[in-house]
Amino acid sequence: MSTATQPIGAKPTLAGTPWRERAEEALIPPVVALLVALICGDLLILSYGQSPAAVYRLLLEGTWGNAYGFGQVLYKATTLAFTGLAVSFGLRAGLFNIGGESQLAAGGFAAALTGLVLPMGTPLILALPLCMISAGIAGGAVGFVPAYLKTRFGAHEVIVTIMLNFIVLALLNWIIAGHLHVPETLHTPEIHAGVLPRLADIDPRFHGSAANLALIVAVFVAVAVWFYLFRARGGYELRAVGLQPDAAEYGGISVGRVWLRALTFSGVIAGMGGINYVLGYKHYYEDGFASGAGFLGIAVALVGRNHPFGVLVAAFFFATLSQGGLAIHAFVPKQMMDVLQGVVILAVAMAVPEVRRILLSSRRMKDA
Amino acid sequence: MNPISFLTQMIRIAIPYLFAASGGVVAERSGIVSLTLEGFMLSGAFAAVLGTNYSGSPWVGVLSGMIGGLIFAMIHAVATIRYRADQVVVGVAINLLAIGVTRFFLKLFFASSSNSPRVAGFGGNPNAAGFDNPLLWIGIFVAPLMAFVIYKTPFGLRVRAAGEHPEAAESVGVSVKRVRYVAVAISGILAALGGVYLALDQHQFTDQMTAGRGFIAISAVIFGRWDPIRAALACLLFAAAEPLQIQLQGSHAIPSQFVEMIPYALTIIALAGVVGRAVPPAALGKAEG
Repeated sequence: MSTATQPIGAKPTLAGTPWRERAEEALIPPVVALLVALICGDLLILSYGQSPAAVYRLLLEGTWGNAYGFGQVLYKATTLAFTGLAVSFGLRAGLFNIGGESQLAAGGFAAALTGLVLPMGTPLILALPLCMISAGIAGGAVGFVPAYLKTRFGAHEVIVTIMLNFIVLALLNWIIAGHLHVPETLHTPEIHAGVLPRLADIDPRFHGSAANLALIVAVFVAVAVWFYLFRARGGYELRAVGLQPDAAEYGGISVGRVWLRALTFSGVIAGMGGINYVLGYKHYYEDGFASGAGFLGIAVALVGRNHPFGVLVAAFFFATLSQGGLAIHAFVPKQMMDVLQGVVILAVAMAVPEVRRILLSSRRMKDA
Repeated sequence: MNPISFLTQMIRIAIPYLFAASGGVVAERSGIVSLTLEGFMLSGAFAAVLGTNYSGSPWVGVLSGMIGGLIFAMIHAVATIRYRADQVVVGVAINLLAIGVTRFFLKLFFASSSNSPRVAGFGGNPNAAGFDNPLLWIGIFVAPLMAFVIYKTPFGLRVRAAGEHPEAAESVGVSVKRVRYVAVAISGILAALGGVYLALDQHQFTDQMTAGRGFIAISAVIFGRWDPIRAALACLLFAAAEPLQIQLQGSHAIPSQFVEMIPYALTIIALAGVVGRAVPPAALGKAEG
């Protein structure tokens, strides 16, 4: 087995561990977390004097059980997929992007501005790429700041991205509240071009739900991220830096350049997520639309184990939780789902190193 | 505005920062990242209102607030020290959990999704300008107290050793894990007191009432370069921005949003080292083997 040739406690290598061991290590923590969350959910439901089985049934019926609920899940999953992919992209390079919140907002704002500037009747085939590019540039600009400060001055990206969240959101609030809003509201006028078709336009059963073409874009972005990370040279460098920066530097990779690229593109991905709300749902930028989605992106990346396709699954899971809260609200307050989100993140975070240790020691026993 | 009322306002705004930042300094000096201060404050605020509401005494509220913060601090400590979970991830989780738990219990105990009923508080004499509140006086002295603990006591020495060079600390018989448990507990209790002050001052709990104050406290910790006194001065500086802005509002000189940015912008500048680099404790964020 591989552990015989590896030093004890070594991190998994780029291609070293067999897929079964990697799958065990990747899948066990989320499963454990799910079980813990289910138990916590039981307790919360019981504290409200309701039957857990009945409430869970209601949750499933309200989310996956009908077209509208499922459409809402898909809509919420779309934004989370973007922020989750953004966080996981940075983490693959060993960098923690906590700025998803402001990058998403900046992206949405840029997309709305572009949609406003474009003349009425601009075909979608032209408007969508333009809006996405500007959203990506805005998000990327926010991501570039911590990237630059990290490579140039060694400032820790976690703190800088958190601080930048507050700064960028205050700046956007100033622009909207002070200059660009429709009177009596905190949102911009409706965009002229770039409105995305909804799923309901294709299949009328989704009527009323906000799911839209951005969902397909999210899947494309996930595939592109996967291709870059696992099939392109730049992605190989990025992962090498994430596993062992010193070794990567020794191997001739410029760690600073990779960091710069990783955090900036992490911001680009998060920024592009702004199209889901702005182009797909409301057709304007509204102050605070990104609230919470950036932080949940961290949860999504974590549960998705930093794999683009895992992130899609995790986004779907967290979107189900969030929509499920609305479905059960008549019996148990939807706030229960806020608790469960926290529980899931905590449980995965604790299970990841623990499972790795247990698997390692059991394999070592088998080898001996 | 006369200078006295400016000062009193500044101090009252600074008290939650002072509590939370003092706690944050202790935890970070022991090597544990304190992104959790916001969550500790929020849980402390809620537990204080819960305790005060059911007992009628704000002192019971203070006690239950401290317990509320301690519970979350212990979750943080067990996850990061016992299970060696990523400290940043756990920090995010604790903050989300605190928002969720306080929302759920707000609904459960007070049947509201926005705020609790009005509860008793301290002081209230209009002439005292808030200075008849014992928590305020504790808040003023908490930073010097923590400076004494960190620099002048054996425990403080262990905290600093655990944060700078855990292996060396272990080799001379210090249990780094135990030191970190205690440090995180202190940070939880102190940050919670910041939340307690806030809630009792406003006589109620409102959803997400800490509104980023825990992050301002972290800014103060970093801007104060992980020193309790300098962090306290940073808290006062950040707190001065608010009454200053109210003062300036008449003239429309600076939009309020730009005043809000000051603490965060200063922190980034401090981290980038434009004026004297802020260098964190060497073992900050690293799980101890």
